Formats: sequence, structure tokens, C-alpha cells
Amino acid sequence: MLKNFVTPDLYPAMPELFLLVMSCVLLLVDAFLGRAQRWITATLTLITLAGCALITYQTMDGQVVLTFSNMFVDDLLADFLKLLLYFSVIIAIIYSRDYLAARGLDKGEYYLLVLYATLGMMVMISAAHFLTLYLGLELLSLSLYALVALDRDSSRATEAAMKYFVLGALASGLLLYGMSMVYGATGTLEIGGVAQALHLGVANKTVLVFGLVFIVAGIAFKLGAVPFHMWVPDVYQGAPVPITLLIASAPKLAAFAMALRLLVYGLFDIAEHWQNMLLILAVLSIALGNLAAIAQSNVKRMLAYSAISHMGFLLLALLSGTVGPDRHYALNAYSSALYYVVAYVIMSLGAFGMILLMSRAGFEAERIDDFKGLNRRSPWFAAVMMVLMFSMAGIPFFIGFFAKFAVLLAAVDAGHVAVAVFAVIFSLIGAFYYLRIVKLMYFDAPEESAPIKASPDMRFLLSVNGAAVALFGLFPDALMSLCTYALLRSL
Amino acid sequence: MSSFLLSLAIWIPILGALPVFAAGEHKPLVRWTALAVALAGFAVTLPLYFGFDPSQAGMQFVEQRPWIPRFNVEYFLGVDGISVLFILLNSFITVLVVIAGWEVIEEKLAQYMGAFLIMSGLMNGIFSALDAVLFYVFFEASLIPMYIIIGVWGGPNRVYAAFKFFLYTLLGSLLMLVALLWLFLESGGSFNLLEWHQLRIEMLPQMLLFLAFLVAFAVKVPMWPVHTWLPDAHVEAPTGGSVVLAAIMLKLGAYGFLRFSLPIAPDASHYFAPLMIALSLIAVIYIGFVALVQADMKKLIAYSSISHMGFVTLGFFLFNALGIEGALVQMISHGFVSGAMFLCVGVLYDRLHSRQIADYGGVVHTMPKFAGFLVLFAMANAGLPATSGFVGEFMVILGSVKVNFWIGLAAATTLILGAAYTLWMVKRVLFGPVANPQVAALEDINAREFLFLALLALCVLAMGVYPYPITEVMHASVDNLLKHVAVSKL
Repeated sequence: MLKNFVTPDLYPAMPELFLLVMSCVLLLVDAFLGRAQRWITATLTLITLAGCALITYQTMDGQVVLTFSNMFVDDLLADFLKLLLYFSVIIAIIYSRDYLAARGLDKGEYYLLVLYATLGMMVMISAAHFLTLYLGLELLSLSLYALVALDRDSSRATEAAMKYFVLGALASGLLLYGMSMVYGATGTLEIGGVAQALHLGVANKTVLVFGLVFIVAGIAFKLGAVPFHMWVPDVYQGAPVPITLLIASAPKLAAFAMALRLLVYGLFDIAEHWQNMLLILAVLSIALGNLAAIAQSNVKRMLAYSAISHMGFLLLALLSGTVGPDRHYALNAYSSALYYVVAYVIMSLGAFGMILLMSRAGFEAERIDDFKGLNRRSPWFAAVMMVLMFSMAGIPFFIGFFAKFAVLLAAVDAGHVAVAVFAVIFSLIGAFYYLRIVKLMYFDAPEESAPIKASPDMRFLLSVNGAAVALFGLFPDALMSLCTYALLRSL
Repeated sequence: MSSFLLSLAIWIPILGALPVFAAGEHKPLVRWTALAVALAGFAVTLPLYFGFDPSQAGMQFVEQRPWIPRFNVEYFLGVDGISVLFILLNSFITVLVVIAGWEVIEEKLAQYMGAFLIMSGLMNGIFSALDAVLFYVFFEASLIPMYIIIGVWGGPNRVYAAFKFFLYTLLGSLLMLVALLWLFLESGGSFNLLEWHQLRIEMLPQMLLFLAFLVAFAVKVPMWPVHTWLPDAHVEAPTGGSVVLAAIMLKLGAYGFLRFSLPIAPDASHYFAPLMIALSLIAVIYIGFVALVQADMKKLIAYSSISHMGFVTLGFFLFNALGIEGALVQMISHGFVSGAMFLCVGVLYDRLHSRQIADYGGVVHTMPKFAGFLVLFAMANAGLPATSGFVGEFMVILGSVKVNFWIGLAAATTLILGAAYTLWMVKRVLFGPVANPQVAALEDINAREFLFLALLALCVLAMGVYPYPITEVMHASVDNLLKHVAVSKL
């Protein structure tokens, strides 16, 4: 047996291996640390992520490299997404530190679980095989279930974790079932192999489309698209804010990668089937997300519904690829989807960061009314939040506008003019609840006058986050071109 | 050629808002910084006018460089005879607004001044953008400062008015966005407006485009029946907000017709011209009657604005030089006159905190200087010869008689209606016996108020007596536009 063993090329998976080793080290180190020394764990976590970023950056060469018997792929898209992933996790950790410390939640588990979730996402991003993808997804999901229940004395958090777990397990099951169908039809679990089998036309179409339905359902669940969105508002609201922040940012990148790998890399030849399915999901998500958000009085819940509508836009971009003999025909649509998800992650980090900023020991800034009169308490952070809200609403000059712009352009290009008009009308409805936050901050008197307290690094980072939303709006080309280039070299 | 002037006109006010914000609670510093920025913004627009070559119909002071190469979006600025005047008007009004808010605004002064400066820059951007995305971006971004201005410094019902303003105008512009995207694909990947003007388009798409633009611009003008946001916004906005809204923002919609609807969809424009003329006449006559019964001064002026803007859209869709030039003159004149009227109401409101006509009476006895100004502006609003109000209205009426006598007749009723509602208001506010002790205790305008009213009075009179410097600039561009619109694109 062992004679046939070939050592796989470990080079492309260096960041993952580094992260894995470091997390094992941390696991040991943390066992010897008390609460007072928790900062060591935090710092080591940040260093680990920075190290991953460095390795990924150093090994980035634009080549598509497959390793581990074609189970793992390292391409420019993966590197690009991973770099964004590290950044968003680093930012999430820094935003969360004060909040967790004030509530005694800054346990070693938090940092470890975050690292394992990150590892899961990295594996998902680099998956070239159904099994790899599934493993990464499960690692991510299991870590997140535990994180949601991090505050174990909170019944709401526990309930949210239960709900997340049950529904998440169901969705994983659906996905797995779909994969098995596709395996049955094509005889391979490799994503590249599936694409080849489809291209040659040897696959049984009926079984394939049947499997596709389940795969799309699984993806829709992970993205939180209607009608698989039920968990989103409850988990967003029930989880502690730092965990919501985490769930609302980085996993969207991984879910996007999953959708892209499965649908575009694997099942491109039956694109017209999944495009029609995504169309329904997109339209429903945009409509329901925007309508339901209006009725919310809890910021986290409102942002959850807003996330649903944003995922609708993302799906709209994904389905707008024109079907041709070559995936490159659809480059425009996929790069706008990538751009959209990047923009969304930046905005989402900022918005939840603002909630963390407003919260302090013994006080959760969860109600929308907690933003009342922020302009009088801190004009600067009111401006940051205003920028974030207008950006999410898709008002220029902010990044959110250009993300919507790129998506709508792709949709119109694909002939979905009516859907574009529909999306635009619901953006108008969506503008209302973002405007309401601005109204509360600027037009209303504050309910309390306590000054905003936060550590300087968080203030700085949050300011940079807000500035990024504005600057990427004034100069949107760099990020757009980067997204396009990363995809161009990886399709 | 000094081709960075337009960029300066846009970015000096926007970036100049930053030191104003930074000055924070130090009020004298805020005021003088804001004034300096506004004056600098105005100063850089002067060479635009004096360096403008009126014999040329094309774009001047052009700046063109890539902005988003990914989608072939350019930072493409330029002005022709149609737009240059509005940049001047806008920068001038901004100076007045800063002076008008000098000591009246007590709360968050820095944000007030900063918001107006940013808005001024954005609106210069709208008037000079020749790239559709750039135009759209400025067009929509200008909603943000206005929303804040109405909501923070507005009257009791400000929240309702701010939301209504924002959502109403956003609805219009979002449909326009889809139209712009469609045009981008149809033109083979260009957002260049000048290229779009040459694009051949079938009749049905032209009609759909025209309707999409119509929604966007009609809301902004505003045309009847989508005008209902304007009275609310005007009544609740602080004086400066009303001035900018009436003097500049309303012009954006009308400008959009000239830059988008007419040249891109000329056949549809001709097809829909009867509808547009009908809507304009309804605005002129019906809204004129509505203005007559208003008890609130600001509301009255707001309705009078809608009625006057009806004249503007009427002029555009007559498709003759008199009509379009008249409409443009009317736009400029209305910028001065409505701005002045709102400032006058602001002067009264600052003293008595009421905008109800019934709360006043006999103001002339206590504020003779103010009364003089108000009578002058009221006359201009009513279209008295030798004031700026007369020139544009007269040209449009002449233009419409050329097309159809009855249109001209209907339009001419504005001379009666306008006189009726304006002068009746003036009569009730200024003349008669002193109505109540508060009015008896009024103090006449101070030097600051005298300054901005006198500046506006000068403009109104100068334009009424000698409009040539204004019409001269626009001749070539308007002729060019008319020639372009006369050619079918089918």
C-alpha cells in the first residue's frame, strides 16, 4: 500500500497548513494562559492570520495549480478571496475585542474557533473536489454553530445556535445529496471532471438536473437567499454581535466561492437550468429582504434582512452570465458578482463594527433607536455610519452604488431588463430603512448622552473602514479591475 | 486652454467643506471659512463665463480622462452655452446662502455650511458632466446633503418632508439608471453623452427611454402631477435649503431634458410633445390657481415655482429657438427671483417665526427697506417688464404663439395669475394697518440682509433691462440643439 503513496505537492496549500499548525500551537499555549494573559492568544491569532496573508501573497503566481490528487486548487481567485478573508477576519477580531472582554466572552475558544472557521473557508475557497468542498463547509459550519452559542448563559444565543445547527445540517444534507446525484450522473467527484463529463454529453441529464436542484438549495441556504433564509434573521439577532459580525462578513466570500466552484466551474454546461433557479431565488430575496427590513426595530435583524436582499443582488449577478461555449463569455457577470460580494463584506464589517462601537459593558446597542442623536454624541462616527448606510442603499459616491451598478449592467446585458427594473424598484424601498437610520442619527435628539468610548485602534480601524467605503466609491476602478483580473486568470 | 476650471468649480466647494467641518463649534471661524470657500468657488466660475466663446456651439473647457476604464466611464467635463450659466448661477447662489445663514443658524453651524458647500460642488458636477455615469453619480449624490439639510434644520414636519423628497426623487433617478445601462450596451460600450446624441435608436426604445428620462426629470422639475413633494420640502426646509432647492435643484430636471431627452430621443420627444405641452400648461394654469389660495407664504412661492417651471418645460417642447431660449432665460431669472422671494420670507420668519400670511400685515410701516425689496421681487415674479421675470415669459409666449395661438393664449394667463397671487400676498403682508403688536415691533433689515437682497435685486433688474449678455451665450448652443433635434434618428 505505502509503496504507491506519492507525497502531494504541499506548496499550494501552504497557508492552510500554516494555519492548521498555528492553531494547534495556540490550542496548547492557550491552555496555560489565564484571563489576564488572553491578549497573548489574541495577538497570536492576529499574527497567524497576518502570516497566512504573507504566505498567500508570496506564493501568488497566477497559475492554476491542482494538488492532493486534484482535490485542491490554488488559483488567483483563491488567493484573492483568501487575502480578503484574512483581512475581514482580522478586522472582525479587532472590532470584537473590547466587546468580548467586557462580557467575559474573550475565551481561548473564541480565537480558536475563529481560526478553524477561517481554515474551513480557505478549504472551501480552494476546493476542486466535492469532498474537499464539503469538508471545508462542515469545518466552517461546525465552528460557527459553536461560536453562536459562545455566550452559553444566554438562552437566545443557544436557541439561535440550535436553529442554525438543525437547519445548517439539513442544508448540508441537501448539498451532499445533490452531490451524490451529480456523482451518479457523471461518475466523478472532481469538479473539473464533472465539467468534462458534462461537456462530452455522457451524463444522464435527468439525474443531473435533479441533483442540481439540491445543490442550488444548499448554496442558497449558505448564502441566505429566500426561501432558504429562515435562519438568517434569528441567528443574526440571537448571536452575540461579534459573532454576527463574523457570520455576516467572511463566510459570504466562502459561499460565493462555493457557488462559483460548483455552478460555474462544475456545472456550467447546464447553466440555463441553474440560472432559472437562481433567478427565482434572486427576485424573491430582493423583494422579501427589502420589505421585511422595513418592519424591524432591531438593528441586527434589520441588517439580516438587508443581507438577504444583498445576496439577492449577488445571485442576480451570478445568473447573468451569458451562456456560450466558453466561460469567459460570462466574465463580466461573475466579476461583478465578486465585486459585489467584496463590497458587501466591507460595508457589513463597518455596519456591525458600528454596533460594537455603540455597545459597552452592560448595554447592547441593538435597537434601532439606540442610534438616536448619534450626530450630537459623535459627529465623526455618525458620518461613518451615514456613509455605510447610503452605501448599502446604493447611493453614489460610495462603493455600494458601483457594486449595484456593475450587477445591474450585467443583468441588463444578459437581457434581464425587467428584472433590473424590479431590483431597482426594491432598492428604492430598501433606501427607506437605511434612510431611517440616518434620520435617527441626525434628526432626532439622543436618548442618552454618554460619550462613545472605544479603544483607539478600533476607532482608527472603523474610520478607515468608513473611509474605504467612500474612497472605493470615488475611485472604484482599482478594486473592479482586480476582481476581473483574478477571475480572468482563474476561469 | 485652462481646462481644469470645471474641476475647480466642482471640487473647491466639496473639499472646502472639510475645513469647515473641522472648524466645528468655533462659529466665527466656520462662517468666515465657509464664506471664503464659497467666494473662491464663485471666483473660479467667472473665467468660465468671460473665457467662454459664444460663437461656438460645442463643448468648451473640456476635461476628459478615464475614471473607471473597466466600464469605459470617463471623468468627462465640459460646458456649452446651455450649462455654463447654471454653474455661474449656482456658485453665486451658494455665496448668498452662506451669507443668509450667517447668524440665523444656531445649531450645528459647521455641518449646515458644509452641507451647502458640498451640494454646490455636486450641482456644478451635474451641470458639467458629459459622461452619463458621472452625471448620474452627481445627480443622485446631491440628494444626500439636501436630505440632511431639510431633516436637521427644517420645520416641525421636516422628517416627513425629507423622506418624501429623497424617495420621490430617487424613484425617478433609479429608472433613469436602467435607461443609461441600456444605452451603454446599445452604443457598444460607451457612456459618452456626446456619442449618445449621435446614436440611432428605433422608435419603441426611444419612447421607453423618453419615458424613463421623463420620470426622472419630471419629478425633479417638478411637473404636474408629480409635484407634490416640492411644497412639502420647501415649507419644511430652512431658508437656505429652499433657496437652493428653488434656484438650482429644480433646474436640474429641466437641464436633464435638454441634455438627455431631446437629443437622445428626438423622435420620441416630438411624439410626446403634445403631452408635455399639456402637462406644462396644466402646471402653469392649475398650479397658478392653487398658489392663489395658499395661506402659507413659502407654500405660495413653492406653487409659484412649479407654475414657472411649467413655462420652462413648455418652452422646451415648442422646438423653436424662442421657446428654448426663453425657457433658459426663465430658468435663470427664476433662480434669482424665487431665491430672493424665499430669502424675503426667511427674513420675516427669522423675526416672527411664522410663515402664515395672516400673521402679518402692515409690515411696510416697520420695515420700509425690506418692503421695497419684496415689492420689486414680487413684480419680477409676476413678470413685470424691465424685470428679469418678464423676458423669459415673453419669449416663451411668443414662441408658443408661433406654434399655436391657443397654446400662447393659455400660457399668457400666467401674467394674470402670477400677478394675482404674488401681488395679493404682498398686499396682505406689507400693506394695510399694522396687524398685531409683533409686527409693530419688527426691525428693518440689517446690513447683512440688505447685502444679499440688494445683490439679487441688481441681478433681477440688470437681466430685465439688458438680457443680451445671457442670451448671447446660449444662441449657438440652442441653434445647434434645435438642428440636432430636427433630424430624425430612426
